[in-house]
Amino acid sequence: MQRFPTFRKGGVHPDDKKSLSSPCAIERLPVPSELIVPLSQHLGAPASALKQKGETLDIGEKIGKASGFISADVHSPVAGLIKDIRKVTLANSVVCDAFVIAVDAKQPVKVWEEQPYAHLSGAQIISIVQDMGVVGTGGATFPTHVKLMVPKGKSVDALVVNGVECEPYLTADHRLMLEETDKVLQGVMIVAQAVSPKRIIIGVENNKPDAIEVLRNAVSQKGYPIDVVPLKVKYPQGDEKQLLKATIGREIPSGKLPIDVGALVLNVGTSFAVYEAVALRKPLIDRVVTVSGEAIASPKNIRTYVGTKVVDLLAYCGNPKERYEKMISGGPMMGFAFFDDQTPITKGSSGILVLDNQKELDAPTTACISCGRCVAVCPMGLQPTKLYKLIEHRRYEDAMKMNLMDCKECGCCAYTCPAHIPLVHGMKLGKKLGRK
Amino acid sequence: MEIPKLYVSSSPHLHDRPTTASIMWNVSIALAPAALWGVYAFGLRALLVLVVSIVSSVLVEFLLGKISKQFTITDGSAFLTGLLIGMNMPPSVPLFVPILASIFAITVAKWVFGGLGANWINPALAGRVFVFFSFTGLMSQYSLPRFVGSVDSVSQATMLTAMKMQIGEPAVQQLGSSAILESIAYPASRFGLSVSDSLNGVISPYTVDAFFGLIGGSLGEISAVLLIAGAIYLMVKKIITWHIPVCFLGTFSLLAWIFGGLRNGMGLFQGDFVLQLFSGGMMLGAFFMATDMVTSPTTKKGMVIFGVGIGFFTFLLRYFGSLPESVSLAIIIMNIFVPTIEKYVLPKRFGEVEKKTKSTKEANA
Repeated sequence: MQRFPTFRKGGVHPDDKKSLSSPCAIERLPVPSELIVPLSQHLGAPASALKQKGETLDIGEKIGKASGFISADVHSPVAGLIKDIRKVTLANSVVCDAFVIAVDAKQPVKVWEEQPYAHLSGAQIISIVQDMGVVGTGGATFPTHVKLMVPKGKSVDALVVNGVECEPYLTADHRLMLEETDKVLQGVMIVAQAVSPKRIIIGVENNKPDAIEVLRNAVSQKGYPIDVVPLKVKYPQGDEKQLLKATIGREIPSGKLPIDVGALVLNVGTSFAVYEAVALRKPLIDRVVTVSGEAIASPKNIRTYVGTKVVDLLAYCGNPKERYEKMISGGPMMGFAFFDDQTPITKGSSGILVLDNQKELDAPTTACISCGRCVAVCPMGLQPTKLYKLIEHRRYEDAMKMNLMDCKECGCCAYTCPAHIPLVHGMKLGKKLGRK
Repeated sequence: MEIPKLYVSSSPHLHDRPTTASIMWNVSIALAPAALWGVYAFGLRALLVLVVSIVSSVLVEFLLGKISKQFTITDGSAFLTGLLIGMNMPPSVPLFVPILASIFAITVAKWVFGGLGANWINPALAGRVFVFFSFTGLMSQYSLPRFVGSVDSVSQATMLTAMKMQIGEPAVQQLGSSAILESIAYPASRFGLSVSDSLNGVISPYTVDAFFGLIGGSLGEISAVLLIAGAIYLMVKKIITWHIPVCFLGTFSLLAWIFGGLRNGMGLFQGDFVLQLFSGGMMLGAFFMATDMVTSPTTKKGMVIFGVGIGFFTFLLRYFGSLPESVSLAIIIMNIFVPTIEKYVLPKRFGEVEKKTKSTKEANA
């Protein structure tokens, strides 16, 4: 049997539940009658509004301007009228201003034509990516143009494309690789054109053999210098630290970035967005969202506008069954539970999950029996149980000394804790209070 | 659409499912075959000892829970403690002994320190050692199982005690463990003898008896094979890992092989450790006492140190100590070291090595 590479330390194997939605081809959601487009759909400073209440908008018109180095532009996905600008709470608890757009019933036909891009310089590509508001679509939503600006004195040795999608349930990236193979690869090549890496790798977990095959065929057909690497399934391989360890064997030092080990990590969804931005000059105004979970009547992968309300997506998937207990934005391991189905989709929404099995998971917390499972599964080599005890006793500084900030809240510890201690919740709290 | 009650909680929203209780009950299940073998070997009296131990442990836990307004008997830990105490009793022990052991275990070893998860010593082990040194006479009267030896061997030293009494005597110089037993005509089962014969005596009948549980001893510790089977079950269920038992037994075997012969006039590398491995509380201790999660380190490296330490102390106490209970005492000694191990033996952090080499490089430059 062939041995597939993976990262070594820690990790867990949750049931991936991907078969619920992986056979469903990407569908396009009919244009909803109202969109709520937030100004903070990215990591960093929220964009500042360029439009006022009552103004009309055209498809792709810029409505938010980046307001800092780490920030991103926001565009209108549709033609419509700004009904209101009001504060909204996003699924990840970020509160920001958002445009409430009344969508015109008759949308003008907009064709995004492919334009030549082979002649563009790196700086030009980066500026187009910035202008089109592209951010990482994997969930962290780091502005892509900032990522592509390689600091002076550093170079990109390996461009690693993240096709891992290790969160259970999510299949948006999987479908994108299957259905938009060429565009994803062209996006990768555009990024390569901008940062000139020595080698390019796409890492895909081997629970997606069809995607691996399709990618390999396309790569050999077009003669791209891309290496498609199947990886052994293990969560959280989609994290850039684990992905780099698995693909190029390098460990990002604590507190550093991939570029410090000569690597640049890009999600397949982001590659696709880069293709649309640079080749079609189309801003990031829509994305593929997996709507899944046991309470969803017919799970789907849906291409929809940023700003679509969750309620519209759920209605399209046949509304949840009678009893459901949790709505999650993102995957079940790191995603955010939210309670308002008027919450909008953002550039970073990879999935909307509706689960009905939460009550039984909600076992009471019992005493820590020092079983050491959290230590064994922590991919960062931390001691979650010790950190949690320190945080419980408000010894935040001691927790910091034990490298609390290395924790990326992947959830392996809490997933595996037999005492059902809310370890990740504790880490989040400790980081917030410890920083002050 | 009517919106039902929605849970909003911190991630992750999935769980691997096991609970503390499921772990405890699984350990009890793993112990069951060896305990039942004890009942089969020693009769219903052994069952009575088991039941009394379990009931008294659970009762004490329940009463202490009443005082502190907690209901903890369903987590299975008190049941497990009781079962282990019962398995550590001679089958014919007066019933007040396991009751006292249970009271000591649950009250002094566990609740005084804050209940489940806060104790530094395995409660069952504490109970066992407490009654052993309080009622050494009663705790040392062992009967042979029904399939071995003559009728009058009701009260007979265990293999280990017999060996320990002989070791160092002039009569047994140059003799290995099995040969010592042979020299004092220690009874072996017919099964052990026939297996040994069919293998041309490569394996002594005593080793065969010890492996299959045809020996005298505490009622739950005699069958090495069933204890190993239980341990494999726990390893498959990922409740225990190999680190502690393998390091413990490996270290003990290595030391016993190298230095074990010195005790009765033989040279280095002549120790007869196989019989030692399967007799006494070795198997029960290695797989079920030393691996107690609460009182062992959480890191893999720590577990290795912990296991090696137990192996070392067991060897010292068994070969050179004058007291019995070497396994129990060795585990307790290493329990004391656990907080220290936990403090200084840290898992290797992700991204740590690079940082160090980098900074040393920078420092050198």
